[in-house]
Amino acid sequence: MTSSSSVNTSRRRFLGGSCLVVGFTLTPKGLAQAYDASNNASKSAAKTLNAFVIVAPDDTVTVLSKHIEFGQGPYTGLATLVAEEMDADWAQIRVDSAPADNELYANTMFGAQLTGGSTTMANSYTQMREAGATARTMLLAAAAIEWSVPASELTVEKGRIRHAKSGKESGFGAFAADAAKLTPPEKVTLKNSSDFVLIGENRPKVDTKVKTNGEAKFTLDLQLDNMLIATVLHPSHYGATVSSLDAKAALAIPGVVDVKAVPSGVAVYAENTYAALKGRQALNVKWNESAAETRSSEQIIDSYRAMIGKKGITATERGDISKAFSNDTSTTHEAEFVFPFLAHAPMEPLDAVLMRQRDGSIDCYAGSQFPTGDKQAISEVCQIDAGKVRIHTQLAGGSFGRRAQFNSPFMREASEVFKASGMSRPVKLFWTREDDIRGGFYRPIYVHQLKGAINADGTIDGWDQVVVGQSIRGKTDEVDETSVEGASDLPYVIENMRMVSHNTTNGVPPLWWRSVGHTHTAFTVEVFLDELLEKSGKDPIEGRLALLKNNPRESAVLRRVAQMASSAGKPAKGRVHGVAVHKSFSSYVAQIAEVSVQADGTPKVHKVWVAVDCGVAVNPNIIKAQMEGGVGYGLGAILYDEITLGEGGYIKQSNFHDYRSLRIGEMPEVIVEIIESNESPTGVGEPGVPPIGPAVANAWRRLTGKPVRRLPLVRSQLS
Amino acid sequence: MIKFQLNGKQTEFNGDPSTPLLWVIRDEKKLTGTKYGCGIAQCGACTVHLNGSTLRSCVTPISEVSGKEVTTIEGLLSSKVSAEATAVQRAWVAIDVPQCGYCQSGQVMSAVALLKANSNPTDQDIDNAMAGNICRCATYQRIRQGIHDAAGTLTASASSNVKGETA
Repeated sequence: MTSSSSVNTSRRRFLGGSCLVVGFTLTPKGLAQAYDASNNASKSAAKTLNAFVIVAPDDTVTVLSKHIEFGQGPYTGLATLVAEEMDADWAQIRVDSAPADNELYANTMFGAQLTGGSTTMANSYTQMREAGATARTMLLAAAAIEWSVPASELTVEKGRIRHAKSGKESGFGAFAADAAKLTPPEKVTLKNSSDFVLIGENRPKVDTKVKTNGEAKFTLDLQLDNMLIATVLHPSHYGATVSSLDAKAALAIPGVVDVKAVPSGVAVYAENTYAALKGRQALNVKWNESAAETRSSEQIIDSYRAMIGKKGITATERGDISKAFSNDTSTTHEAEFVFPFLAHAPMEPLDAVLMRQRDGSIDCYAGSQFPTGDKQAISEVCQIDAGKVRIHTQLAGGSFGRRAQFNSPFMREASEVFKASGMSRPVKLFWTREDDIRGGFYRPIYVHQLKGAINADGTIDGWDQVVVGQSIRGKTDEVDETSVEGASDLPYVIENMRMVSHNTTNGVPPLWWRSVGHTHTAFTVEVFLDELLEKSGKDPIEGRLALLKNNPRESAVLRRVAQMASSAGKPAKGRVHGVAVHKSFSSYVAQIAEVSVQADGTPKVHKVWVAVDCGVAVNPNIIKAQMEGGVGYGLGAILYDEITLGEGGYIKQSNFHDYRSLRIGEMPEVIVEIIESNESPTGVGEPGVPPIGPAVANAWRRLTGKPVRRLPLVRSQLS
Repeated sequence: MIKFQLNGKQTEFNGDPSTPLLWVIRDEKKLTGTKYGCGIAQCGACTVHLNGSTLRSCVTPISEVSGKEVTTIEGLLSSKVSAEATAVQRAWVAIDVPQCGYCQSGQVMSAVALLKANSNPTDQDIDNAMAGNICRCATYQRIRQGIHDAAGTLTASASSNVKGETA
């Protein structure tokens, strides 16, 4: 694959120290912000420039990542693309986070700077390669002038520029300053994929070592001079507000500095974390619950059930659904599926550090997944021009969707807490695990109803699905794609098909949770289809393949995973295989889970085979890690997890003792194979999650005869 | 005043004696490799070594470590378990165990303590010893592999030491 691409004409270049900076849409506004940002003392000036590639005199190449690193691998992945086209040596590559700027660092699939939808590689693949190729071209041009030789006679290998005829040789650093004075090329030619040196290799991750020896710094680890630690007491009923506050006891605790009511609760400021926690515990607060959600989870589920059969919004319809279900010779099958609220529970709970500089500008340090939204939130709450707010995106201890919030409610809370403090000292707002588990923004409750028809010759010819649940995107009278994705676009050839959606409202705010709509749609589709295939006497693999005749990529991963499982031999006695295949975020994943029943009656998942097609495999090591992690994250949730609202609407769970996480002894062996492909790369952060639930549930049904109708599986099957 | 050894050095703490060791290490001693994850000894992110054994620092009042020896991730390589620590950290890097990395200090502390007590653990030994350490990224398969790999290098180096060769 060779592609020539035209570089945005609005690009600029400038010299920062003696570094070459290459960007594509550097605008005057962007430049101004870059200079503002250069007073960040924790980084050298060179590193805070608005661009993707920085070449330093010592030959190091720093790649600025517009995407947040929380384990999914963008630092390594994006740097690989730049290094490939620069012909850099991997050892000279460094990575840093880019500042918040929609013009420079927008996710090209969303038009704003954000990490989400498993789009990092998909939206950066060409952009970052062009950044690398542009830097290479400019460095060679500078070298050609210096050595008085034609640029065409120069070669680059592992970061060394060479001129064979004269024997001249140099690293990049020597030409960085001169290269930066040149006009960037209008067009760059990207490498043919057969010439890739780094792309496609199992490159070790750039952030592994510091994540092994304690050196990696997360937001919670930042300690600024004179910094206050703040915690907020939140209500036990989501949406309740403070009606009265007695802070006397809290203020009497040594180390507690102040207590302030903020829109989300009551903030306690202290000189250290323990005092902040003790102070919070000593608060005497009465809550006004009139605006809070007061229904229990069961009442919410019942109200959703009542909506099935009422007029909803048609997400998709083909063929003649009523005819398929009125055929006397057909067999029909029905099922209802219920999904609970889920918390994301990233290991590092939400946190942020805010600090006002002498010139009135504000620095914010946070695991910012929507950095420009966070910037706007700080600007609005603290009443300061957005141009005077700098976001320093930190490594984050997981997210799984939790840090990706439109309108930045968490950053608004952090800003309110900061503002209420008087903004004279830096403030670190820190959420405890209890704040996290009870903090709302859950994967919503969904109820699905499915009806299937199998005609006299055994063909599945009717599929009628209804989903009821909160619209994550706040839709009322139109379909929210995040409620129906993965079901409304059913890949199986079924002649008569309909999907209807009902948007509900709820006092507990919803949020996307790793793989979003696919967390529930994949489960309903793959479990219900498996049951229809069984009822029509068909094999789960062959039966699916027959219905996937128009979908070669789904078919290919399914065939591959079947080969993988069968080459491992027959499962041991008492173990059964369950299969699922699902496309999400433009990637295709098939999984086979090997499951048995343990002595205590609970399922044991021994092995999971995974076949994934995510286009060009930029770094197989990271793809495999994301599949392993996706299986583990999804498995913990489908087996054990639910957030439940008890009577009156209080949130029952509070920490890891009652919101279970998968533990090491429950982790299956995960075997991953990647389909070779020349298609553009697509996501891997989320697509490993959706198939694990239905694969395990299908094995469980074949093992026990009990279909899974409600998650989490362990509670619904054993209580 | 509470006196204790931290990473091989005598140190002291003058504040509230009920303060959890975790916050003394992080807030007062500025060693932030040890993480907060739950505050109730459920996740293991705060794991340190006390006299060589694992301890959940989030639920241990500082008064309980008076006169004792605390090792954090930062002090691991210069501690009595440096051979195990080196082997574990190398294995972790070799197979890229971490994803988000937030829990990994705790994972490494637990893995090192396991290998100190049991130089050749089975999968079951690993599952038992590491059951208290949650990884939300679910890097468990690589954690298990990393411990086996580290055990392998420790065994190889022990046998070569016996033969009088340099490891």
